[in-house]
Amino acid sequence: MSEHILPSKLYWTIWAVLICLTGITAWVATVDLGPLNTIVALLIASGKALLVVLFFMHVKYTSEKLTRVVIISALFWLLILLGLSLTDYFIRHPGIAGGA
Amino acid sequence: MATAVSIAPEREHYLNKEYGIRSWLLTTDHKRIALLYLVSITFFFFIGGFFALLIRLELLTPAGDLVQADTYNKLFTMHGVIMVFFFLIPAVPAVLGNFLVPLMIGARDLAFPKINLLSWYCYIAGGILVLHAMLTGGLDTGWTFYTPFSTAFSNTAVVEAGLGIFINGFSSILTGLNFIVTIHRMRAPGLTWSRLPLFLWSHYATSVIMLLGTPVIAITLVLVVLERAFHLGIFDPTRGGDPLLFQHLFWFYSHPAVYIMILPSMGVVSEIVTCFSRKRIFGYYFVAMASIGIAVIGFFVWAHHMFVAGMSLYAALIFSILSYLVAVPSAIKVFNWTATLYKGSVSFSTPMLYVFGFIGLFTMGGLTGLFLAALGIDVHVTDTYFVVAHFHYIMVGGTVMGYLGGMHYWWPKISGRLYPEAWGRLAALIVFLGFNLTFFPQFILGYLGMPRRYWQYPPEFQVLNVLSTAGSTILAVGYLLPMVYFLWSMRYGELADDNPWDAAGLEWKTSSPPPTFNFDETPVVTWEAYNYDELPTPQEVHVEQ
Amino acid sequence: MSNSPAPLVLEHTPGLQHHFADMEQQRNASSLGMWIFLGTEIMFFGGMFLAYLVYRMWYFNEFAAGSRTLNLLVGAVNTAVLICSSLTVALSVRAAQLGKRTLLVTLLALTILFGLVFLGVKAYEWDEKFTEHHVPGYSFHFQPESPEKPVDQGHAQIFFSLYFAMTGMHALHMIIGVGIFSVITWMAWRGRFTPEYHTPVEIAGLYWHFVDIVWIYLFPLLYLIDRRPHG
Repeated sequence: MSEHILPSKLYWTIWAVLICLTGITAWVATVDLGPLNTIVALLIASGKALLVVLFFMHVKYTSEKLTRVVIISALFWLLILLGLSLTDYFIRHPGIAGGA
Repeated sequence: MATAVSIAPEREHYLNKEYGIRSWLLTTDHKRIALLYLVSITFFFFIGGFFALLIRLELLTPAGDLVQADTYNKLFTMHGVIMVFFFLIPAVPAVLGNFLVPLMIGARDLAFPKINLLSWYCYIAGGILVLHAMLTGGLDTGWTFYTPFSTAFSNTAVVEAGLGIFINGFSSILTGLNFIVTIHRMRAPGLTWSRLPLFLWSHYATSVIMLLGTPVIAITLVLVVLERAFHLGIFDPTRGGDPLLFQHLFWFYSHPAVYIMILPSMGVVSEIVTCFSRKRIFGYYFVAMASIGIAVIGFFVWAHHMFVAGMSLYAALIFSILSYLVAVPSAIKVFNWTATLYKGSVSFSTPMLYVFGFIGLFTMGGLTGLFLAALGIDVHVTDTYFVVAHFHYIMVGGTVMGYLGGMHYWWPKISGRLYPEAWGRLAALIVFLGFNLTFFPQFILGYLGMPRRYWQYPPEFQVLNVLSTAGSTILAVGYLLPMVYFLWSMRYGELADDNPWDAAGLEWKTSSPPPTFNFDETPVVTWEAYNYDELPTPQEVHVEQ
Repeated sequence: MSNSPAPLVLEHTPGLQHHFADMEQQRNASSLGMWIFLGTEIMFFGGMFLAYLVYRMWYFNEFAAGSRTLNLLVGAVNTAVLICSSLTVALSVRAAQLGKRTLLVTLLALTILFGLVFLGVKAYEWDEKFTEHHVPGYSFHFQPESPEKPVDQGHAQIFFSLYFAMTGMHALHMIIGVGIFSVITWMAWRGRFTPEYHTPVEIAGLYWHFVDIVWIYLFPLLYLIDRRPHG
């Protein structure tokens, strides 16, 4: 992981992109896109996260496959937690135990 | 450990390298840490067992006459909390795993020895908090902490106990982290994945569960503590909170937790069954992959604990089908162990007796789990003694048998002494008989409708309850015997050589007890696991001597 | 992974722990260990994300109204502060790789400074919530934005319960991060890191970036639920 010494210009560029995306996401939230607002916000957040992971955390430059396996496994398991739980919430009989 | 003088007067090993309390409390030697865990989990086992004794005493009679109802709630809660979090989860991994993983891998220690010590301190700190909670008001929520009772209505030490279990969770997480990194990064030259003992495969799978599941119960307990302390409303139905959300979060960990409890014992079984059949394991890859399969699929089934809680029926169907699926890898293992016995040269040593007990009792426990996975049956037997019997068959008939079998099998390696074999076999038989007498009647009780966590019951259930209590006293004797003769053996037991069982595995290629750094030279592995067909038979070894 | 049998007595490579065969094995182990730990942190925060998901689905109006009481500009600026801190962390790892001690110490100190700024702003935001009576419990009162948009007080409390739980847990991780970086900065100042050995800087950096990523998600989830005009 420490074999690759990246030019500082790369880090500054990523920083600038992240700052811009922050501004964009805040601005887009004030524009009415209907249900797309949430999706766009999450997409931008995921894009920012991806930049941090790939460049700041050097995942793009590591030859270590296990790192990617760990990240993907954790994300997959998070999806299991969220997804399988939501099967209960999405298909409950309306009226039981709250719900809008 | 004042026995060191009589173990091996000349040779230095991990027990006599240093003396004094600091050399134990500040050790980073994985073998010493394993013994620290051994002492602590045995201590907690007795406390948990003490609560079990009180429960069974109360249930001797139909009336609630030994303790009050509120006290009874505290008894079964504390029994569950102590046994699950402070005994069953750490027992095999933190004692046998810590001791053996580096040895089986051919390494000098785990990847992070100081973190290993930290994990023990997390365990102790958590244990102290929970014991203190117990002494200053107790806990009556059940080990399951269901909301909103735990968050809004219970008048017991929920916050303290919750924090104690939270801190203890770090012990699991750090242990799992250590094992995974060690197995990936520190294998001896030549020790490929396909040559790994199955003990390591099952500890790897266990570690995956520990790492992915424990954080979820950690945050769940944090939310319960915050809600109780700061009046947050996340689980409060009067403010729109959903009690089932707690249950989803709780069981997301607590179901895979039962695989944390059983997988290491399954690893022990694979080691013992091969040694005492003098055969390679049948279907090595299947058993290895089954461990991973159990770990993975085990995460998809948690809501089968919630079938009658008010969850969606359609989601319940999904979880029911997945629960049937998770039984498949376990069954594969049972078939493979049985096939290993076939045409093997089987000997009935104490560890092997425990393995036979495990295979039979785990199968019964597992099959009754399938009954419970069927929605129609579950509606009738959920929250009855049927469930209690089911999980005790697995956790006691399975995990504890595996743990005891492993303790006997590796005792010579750990202590440098042989335990008295006749007593070992006797204790194993007593445990088996006591166990069945305790828990088989509970299947019947549950089927007949006796609810769990009840402190009084209709008189027609008394006979079965009396049988169960009688069984529990026999079981207690069975558990006390090894305590006595293991301690006895440390002073008076026959000295053990490197490999008293003529077993395969790297741990048997170093002395008993091992030196602090495990091996005089890093071993280079050129053989497959369980190469019993290449090893000399015990007769050949001992005749030559 | 080293393939030769390890010698019994190792030359004293600075920082090499004796149970490892060589620095590469130690570095790989440390890195893998930190990544696995971050995986556990994903699951840890994940529990709160599940709670958030469920209740946002059920009580969208109260979640949106609650979200609108958070200061969007302050939140965005705080996000930028954390992004700056991730930059200084990444640059500090680079400085360590190049053996530039003064630059390394400066960047690490800047990281801590950014972290403290973030925490200070967070404290200010929480204080605002306290004075507005948006803290769940007995004195909670959420003023509806307008009479046409009534708000269930209980459901609003759930939003703020999650707000405090999630930002509080994040802030706790930031505090721990500041603590870790203080130790790392002191070590760097004492000259403990070289181009060959600076693993603690790398793995502390991984932790810090992760905490930044959590905030990258918390910002839209808490602050940007529904900021549309007349929304």
